[in-house]
Amino acid sequence: MSAGAKQLAGIALFAVLVACVPFVTKSGVTLNFVMMALYATLIAQAWNILGGFGGQFSFGHALFFGTGAYIQAIAQLQGGINAWVALPLAIAGAALVGLFMGALTFRYGLKGSYFALVTLAFAEVFRILAVSVDFTGGGVGLMVPLHESVANLQFPSRGGYLWVVLAMVVAALLVTWWLRNGRFGAYLQAVRDNEDAARAVGVNPFRVKLGAIGLSAAFMGAAGAFYVQVFQYIDAGIAYGPAVSIEALVAAIVGGMGTMWGPVLGAVVLHVLSDLTRNLFGELPGINMVIYGTVLVLIVIFVPRGIAGIGLSVRRLWKSKGGRND
Amino acid sequence: MFDFGILFPSVLNGLTTGAVYALIALGLTLIYGVLHIINFAHGASLMLALYAVYFLKEKLGIDPYLALPIVVLGMFALGYALQRVVINRAGHGKDENILLATLGIAIVMENLALLFFKSDTRNIDTAYSLSTVAIGPAMIAVPKLVAFAGALVVSGILFWIMGRTDLGRAIRAVAKEKEGAKLMGIDVDHVYAMSFGIGLACLGAAACFLLPAYYVNPQVGGCFVLVAFTIVVLGGMGSFVGALVGGFLVGIVESLGGLYLGESLGQIGIFVIFIGVVLFRPQGMFGAKA
Repeated sequence: MSAGAKQLAGIALFAVLVACVPFVTKSGVTLNFVMMALYATLIAQAWNILGGFGGQFSFGHALFFGTGAYIQAIAQLQGGINAWVALPLAIAGAALVGLFMGALTFRYGLKGSYFALVTLAFAEVFRILAVSVDFTGGGVGLMVPLHESVANLQFPSRGGYLWVVLAMVVAALLVTWWLRNGRFGAYLQAVRDNEDAARAVGVNPFRVKLGAIGLSAAFMGAAGAFYVQVFQYIDAGIAYGPAVSIEALVAAIVGGMGTMWGPVLGAVVLHVLSDLTRNLFGELPGINMVIYGTVLVLIVIFVPRGIAGIGLSVRRLWKSKGGRND
Repeated sequence: MFDFGILFPSVLNGLTTGAVYALIALGLTLIYGVLHIINFAHGASLMLALYAVYFLKEKLGIDPYLALPIVVLGMFALGYALQRVVINRAGHGKDENILLATLGIAIVMENLALLFFKSDTRNIDTAYSLSTVAIGPAMIAVPKLVAFAGALVVSGILFWIMGRTDLGRAIRAVAKEKEGAKLMGIDVDHVYAMSFGIGLACLGAAACFLLPAYYVNPQVGGCFVLVAFTIVVLGGMGSFVGALVGGFLVGIVESLGGLYLGESLGQIGIFVIFIGVVLFRPQGMFGAKA
């Protein structure tokens, strides 16, 4: 089996195993845990597409998350549109915002720290706008009424939501598989590693980065829409505030940027950590984020390539001991 | 709408706020100019300094202005230690890593504050908090005037340190040519940590001037961090004069934006300026062409 086929088999195995969880257990706590870990994986993987594979560190991915969430809520509340129909609209809307911001920033060659700060500023502008205008519910936020039925994308148990977010995660994994094995991904990683060299061999960095931010934003929008369906509520702070942006980037970096399973690992590890602290110290405001921040600093100092990076180094060591050099 | 009687106080108010902004931005631009890193924890550090001023007043009864030497020294020590222990080790030759490390520090600081001090917004009560002085048609709060004058004095001291002392010369030498400075016997890691310490010490001074007319909560740093970046980018990364002028400009824009667009929408002006400057004139007003 080729490396690409092995990876596909891995994704299929992951999908089947996780999809079986609702059949194995009816425990609401377990199902909720798996669902939230998948949701964290989704936003980490979305960030990873642009940050890990494209090398463009965004501090403002909430911009796309919030746009997806608001479109999902507003389409149902003010447009009377079915939630299943609203979902692709939310994804497309988030992708469009991503393309717009990408066109603006990449057109002027923004990179590194400047790109990070500008994405943050964009998210802040949207947050202030969302508080100031009426159709977002202003400071009060929007509440989507509860009408439990599969036709409304509202499920009586966490199991249904788990399958929905699992489908989104699998789609994201397939995209990263394609980035690892396809031509576009090779262009993207070439631009990340050396933009001038990539341009010299005929890659158009602007277009490639634009494609990456569009994809990344689309998945972030899907996560936003999912959030609205699960919690039936959105306001400007949740939608465009820094918490989502931070969660996405920390999980991706902790797990390992530019890898397929890194963000999955990172999201799960962080989730287990935050659950453990909740059990140890109870529901204390801020404690989660203290842990996220500490883990981020430690990872950047000691293992900048993330958990998946440790695995790679170990494997390489193993291979070189076996007399192979690569 | 463009009545002088309304416009003048608003501009004056903007100037006083702008002076404190300038002080915050001076710290940021010093760190950038020397270490070539963006300190994302700048706002969160200011928040810690504000809490220090608050607790010195509430628990020990020390007036904010008298607390200045204590807070400045404390922030300097914090900055020196942070740079030596954490940030210096995080780079691995990539700017983004440092940005991530300082982001992590900011997250930890903000949420530790949330954990220990709760999300309540606090302010202090001093004898002069509510007193005002008339300047032409404008009534200006005394703490704001003190902040204006104090920020200018501290900026002056900073200019003196950078221009006239051995430490300043060493800092400038390291900023310009790290390897050369090292060959001349300058301890580069020490100079880095000193610069970071001085950058945070500016925040200590700013906090003492701010709190009598302002408030503190765990999120307060977030309001300042982008404002400070805007000023620094506007003035040209690493430029001291730019930070001063940029501080006043942003203070006035914010004040006028609040006047004409309302309190919440008024903040947008700063972010729009930031995005605009980064996109169209990343070298700023006083920076060299990149």
